[in-house]
Amino acid sequence: MTRMPRWADVALIPLLNLVIAFAISGLVILAIGENPWAALKIMVTGALGSSYGWGYTLYYTTSFIFTGLAVAIASHAGLFNIGGEGQATLGGLGVALICLSLPWPHWSLALLAASLGAAAFGAAWAAIPAWLQAKRGSHIVITTIMFNFIALSLLNYLLGNVMRPARSMDPASARFPEGATLPTLNDMAAGLGFVWGKNTPANISLFIALLCCLAVWALIWKTRLGFQIRAFGKSEPAAVYAGINPVRITMYAMLISGGLAGLMAVNNVMGEAERLVLNAVEGAGFIGIAVALMGRNHPFGVLLAALLFGFLYQGGGELALWTTIPRELITVIQALVILFTGALDNMVRAPVERLFARRGAR
Amino acid sequence: MSLMTHFLGAAGVLALTTGAALADPAIIFDLGGKFDKSFNEAAFNGAKRWADETGGSFKELEMQSEAQREQALRRLAEAGSNPIVMTGFAFGDVLNTVAPDYPDTKFAIIDMVVEQPNVKSVVFTEEQGSYLVGMLAAMASETGTVGFIGGMDIPLIRKFACGYVQGVKAVNPDATVIQNMTGTTPAAWNDPVKGSELAISQKSQGADVIYAAAGGTGLGVLQAAADQGILSIGVDSNQNHLFPGKVLTSMVKRVDNSVYEAFIDGDALEPGITVMDLASEGVGYALDENNEALITAEMKAAVDDATAKIASGEIAVHDYMADNTCPVE
Repeated sequence: MTRMPRWADVALIPLLNLVIAFAISGLVILAIGENPWAALKIMVTGALGSSYGWGYTLYYTTSFIFTGLAVAIASHAGLFNIGGEGQATLGGLGVALICLSLPWPHWSLALLAASLGAAAFGAAWAAIPAWLQAKRGSHIVITTIMFNFIALSLLNYLLGNVMRPARSMDPASARFPEGATLPTLNDMAAGLGFVWGKNTPANISLFIALLCCLAVWALIWKTRLGFQIRAFGKSEPAAVYAGINPVRITMYAMLISGGLAGLMAVNNVMGEAERLVLNAVEGAGFIGIAVALMGRNHPFGVLLAALLFGFLYQGGGELALWTTIPRELITVIQALVILFTGALDNMVRAPVERLFARRGAR
Repeated sequence: MSLMTHFLGAAGVLALTTGAALADPAIIFDLGGKFDKSFNEAAFNGAKRWADETGGSFKELEMQSEAQREQALRRLAEAGSNPIVMTGFAFGDVLNTVAPDYPDTKFAIIDMVVEQPNVKSVVFTEEQGSYLVGMLAAMASETGTVGFIGGMDIPLIRKFACGYVQGVKAVNPDATVIQNMTGTTPAAWNDPVKGSELAISQKSQGADVIYAAAGGTGLGVLQAAADQGILSIGVDSNQNHLFPGKVLTSMVKRVDNSVYEAFIDGDALEPGITVMDLASEGVGYALDENNEALITAEMKAAVDDATAKIASGEIAVHDYMADNTCPVE
């Protein structure tokens, strides 16, 4: 059978999946007595129709790029890291500890230190399941998901008992010092002399996320380690036969993966909340799985998929805030997109492949 | 020209103030959602009561993510809603930064103190209400062991637990109180299945009265207790009617009243800290036709006596928040 052209694989199939997901979402909205066309319009204008909408869309996108890349790189090594949630939680802890430890003189220093801290804490949290997988053969899916719960319990304890300011009802850390405030895209636009996205949380960490996309691309396709990771992911026995150390690759892939997930905290903890709250990650670690799936584990694909999910989050948020469509339905729409782009991918892929095969044969 | 600008400016201000005076109030529910059968729903009921009585309309928002807190507050303030009421301590930090930007808008926050000139902070003395239901639990218990099931291990829930244990020990110093928390994620506030499991587990350890302070999870606790033939205690709203004769009482926290009052006050909302305690009937225990058979005359006398003594200061119920410790376990 002739293979599909590449453009169909990377663009046509995700697009078809998306159209089906939106069509079914439209039916669901119709079924609860709302106008799907109006709903779509609110989502699009709310998320992409103004610099305000973009400011939120890009904020969510930034988080999803980090967690999407985290899942993607582990995937290349044949490892399914579903611990992004826990690793990002620990990353938040790293950011908070560093931001609160010093009266930072300038945000750039704080950003550098916090990024290193976030990556180190995230990587450390991924290291334990990675080591258990590499040395003991404990399945990484099981251990990483269990580590999510351990991370949340740890955070719950620390925020409730150790890091909470005295007499505060809120289980959250103190606010970070002024010097640790990251410039938002709004501040940066103001520096250039125009108004963009006032009061929105998108911040400089978006550029870190974009740099990470580039770095992951270079790592996977341009370095020896990347080649080893891919070889290991395709076939472990073949990789071992070629002299690749499986323990080393498992550890490296998971450390990088955990570090990327941890880096997400620079966006949400340092850039947005400016303090550590209990519910900081809010499922972005899991969204990362869908993002990586949809992006075909390619950094550019991850970027586009993250943008899509950023749009769904912000657009969905607008729907929930300003219409009578209940917020549970937004989750349904997001779930349908994940279902069609991830789990039911082959449903669309097989007929399209056949179509191309027939055309190729002709 | 400058005179013209001045006039236009004045007209603009006038339009804004009249707009504010006629504005609808708004309420923002915390992430638990407005139909949690407990805290947020009580707030919703207060808003609804206001709408039914006055014929007015109000805006309501349910949030989906942490980043939306500021978004929702700013958008409502800019749309001219006044006053804006929000349920839950999690809004505190955000409100502290948003409130100064909208000096003409009044805000009310429940369960948290925010010191801004246009914010009314409503806090409840949950430890006093919990103390009373703790006394009732100890008096109703035959085994000398009672239970407490919280949602998440956060300061607010420890405040409930600490008051409860003090009440239990005041009646029976030898009583055992089993304490469990449901989980470590926000899902813990809406997990009735886990609530049932915890209630059954506590029963097997001898507990025969269980107090649930866990939002929607508490429904599972009440259900399991009714099925197992032991007693339960509801929270926030009066939940006695859910399982008549099986729910010993409910620790009511009149969130509905505070929302209702804030809406009635409208633009005249008085900033400052309002403490809703036993004396002002902000907290208390529920007694109605569903549980009157369970509360004997002497139980009622003992609790009413304690109520008077707490109000007069003769009994001081320790507040966990005062020093982050609880004198009794």
